[in-house]
Amino acid sequence: MKGYLGIDVGSVSTNLVFMDENGEIREAIYLRTRGQPIFVLQEGLRQLAERLPGNIVISGVGTTGSGRYLAGIIAGADVVKNEITSHAVAASTLVPGVQTILEIGGQDSKIIILRNGVVTDFAMNTVCAAGTGSFLDQQAARLNIPIEEFGKLALKSTVPVRIAGRCAVFAESDMIHKQQMGYSLPDILAGLCEALVRNYLNNVGKGKEILPPVVFQGGVAANAGMRRAFEQALGLEVHVPPHYNVMGAVGAALLAREKMAGGGTSRFRGFGVAKTRFKAGGFECEGCPNLCEVVEITREGEVIARWGDRCGRWSNSLGYKENAV
Amino acid sequence: MKVTFPHMGHMWICLAAMLEYLGVEVVVPPPTSKRTLTLGARHAPEFACLPLKLNLGNFMEASELGADTILMAGGCGPCRFGYYAQVEYAILEDLGYKYRLVVMEPPQRHVGELLSKIKYITGHSSWWEVVRGIRFGYQKARMVDELERRAHYLRPREIHRGSTDKAFKRALREIIAVKHPRDLPQAGERVRRIMAGVAIRPRPVLRVGIVGEIFTLLEPFANYDLERRLGYLGVQADRSIYLSEWINDHLFLGLVRGLRSRKEACRAAPPYLNHFVGGHGQETVGSTVMYARQGYDGVIQLLPFTCMPEIVAHSVLPGLSTGLGIPTLTITVDEQSGEAGLMTRLEAFIDLLARKKGVV
Repeated sequence: MKGYLGIDVGSVSTNLVFMDENGEIREAIYLRTRGQPIFVLQEGLRQLAERLPGNIVISGVGTTGSGRYLAGIIAGADVVKNEITSHAVAASTLVPGVQTILEIGGQDSKIIILRNGVVTDFAMNTVCAAGTGSFLDQQAARLNIPIEEFGKLALKSTVPVRIAGRCAVFAESDMIHKQQMGYSLPDILAGLCEALVRNYLNNVGKGKEILPPVVFQGGVAANAGMRRAFEQALGLEVHVPPHYNVMGAVGAALLAREKMAGGGTSRFRGFGVAKTRFKAGGFECEGCPNLCEVVEITREGEVIARWGDRCGRWSNSLGYKENAV
Repeated sequence: MKVTFPHMGHMWICLAAMLEYLGVEVVVPPPTSKRTLTLGARHAPEFACLPLKLNLGNFMEASELGADTILMAGGCGPCRFGYYAQVEYAILEDLGYKYRLVVMEPPQRHVGELLSKIKYITGHSSWWEVVRGIRFGYQKARMVDELERRAHYLRPREIHRGSTDKAFKRALREIIAVKHPRDLPQAGERVRRIMAGVAIRPRPVLRVGIVGEIFTLLEPFANYDLERRLGYLGVQADRSIYLSEWINDHLFLGLVRGLRSRKEACRAAPPYLNHFVGGHGQETVGSTVMYARQGYDGVIQLLPFTCMPEIVAHSVLPGLSTGLGIPTLTITVDEQSGEAGLMTRLEAFIDLLARKKGVV
């Protein structure tokens, strides 16, 4: 069987999907990154190799997410794309006609506006991360409820409490305050969802024309409370697509297919990279007062990539090719 | 007297040429770096914009090299910059630096005062000499701008990644080395030859205009080398403000004919922004309109965090973008900016433009 590999290395999760030639998602793996992107990616590849039949041929590899360059080097990517483009490509393929994508991940949230299948505008959270997955995770842990139960509990609310959602720190203080006053847990959770949605729409979605169909994806889309809060705030139906939590990886696989449509062989290093010794090291360049912290990736002791230098002194010296238009 | 001034891109080349021609001893601050930013940010007010912090850092580093006199531009609001010379000077005084401050106010308001400041700096030189010095500096600014435009064209088309930047640095050294106006033409010839040596191949490129606040536009350290990054992403960039154009507009009051002028940009701004809002706010809006009319694929607005005029312009851009069908992206920079976030947005924006145009 032939197919494409999509890899999304995010701050919180590392996702891999295998997509066959017809665009069908055959396997999807969702792992926690836990601050060890290289190790977790290798682990993901190992698990994927186990699940896939032996006669598999990888015709193309795409990487995305904040660790896209790293993942691209480790796995041998044919296309390295930012997460906005990847999410947009995935949503517009899985949900034809989509005009608005709400995406909330571990560290950032984005809104993507599409018209006629083409991205026309987008925004990412800038100064404040209030309302992202990590914060919900933290609050669930503090309240000692499994994150999977968060949404279900929030849906039980009858009178959501108003929570100050402008800033994650203040939101937490306010939640504690409401809790001490004796409000019920479901009402507080539902109130938090509403506050985060308000914050998202005011900061990320400001000035954007949100038209249906609206798709909600990213890890936080698993939270039914957030979905309902979005529907109430927008007055629109909000779709959570299948594979909502690995959409970045799906997009990367689709982009890999698009890239390889013109022919050529994939740069995929093979599933054997799970056993290869990769090391990320670094040094401070003393060529100028910028003192750039240069990252160096080695494979079995050989330098295969460098980045982090402002002037290109180190990154250009390897002839490393970034993705061009 | 050892004169220094803040960095703003390649402005130092023009200023040093002029002052040294007039026999003034110049201390060029070390190139703006992380150290400059660290020094400046430590002592500047938190909510001042990035230019103030970098200026301050430049002065502190120049002092280490023996500078004792600051030459700085003034201004008359509403942008806060007009007050920066005084604020920076007060901070330096508090820190114990021994500097003399010479502020050049715009000639529209105090011509006599400006002339006396020039006389103070240039000392014994005759007015005729002063005029020749200014002309020399201006000619260098023109050459540097021409060189930058050439690099914008070459970068997305170069065959070997980095070859344009290498040639650019060599060519810049040629311009810097010229000590007398009579040697400029030959240097210009050498610059052209160096840049002609960059191997390119024809390919479809996107064209993106960069608008916004002048310091952030001109200083690559402040804008994370935006032009170079765009070039590497396959984009031919154009900047709405070049130093020589600014000098002609603001110091020569438009004396040199045939240059792009802020007046056109301001004329193009209505009905989106009908009034002067300080800084380059109106130019930002007007230039975006002009880029749209010239068929550019997109526009990027640059501003330092808390920049009021650009915030006004920013709020005008969405309507303009829909009205004229030109995508815009706003990038705010300050000392907290993260490079990764910037690159993600930039790449996504360029993808958007490429897919819209169908050149993926």
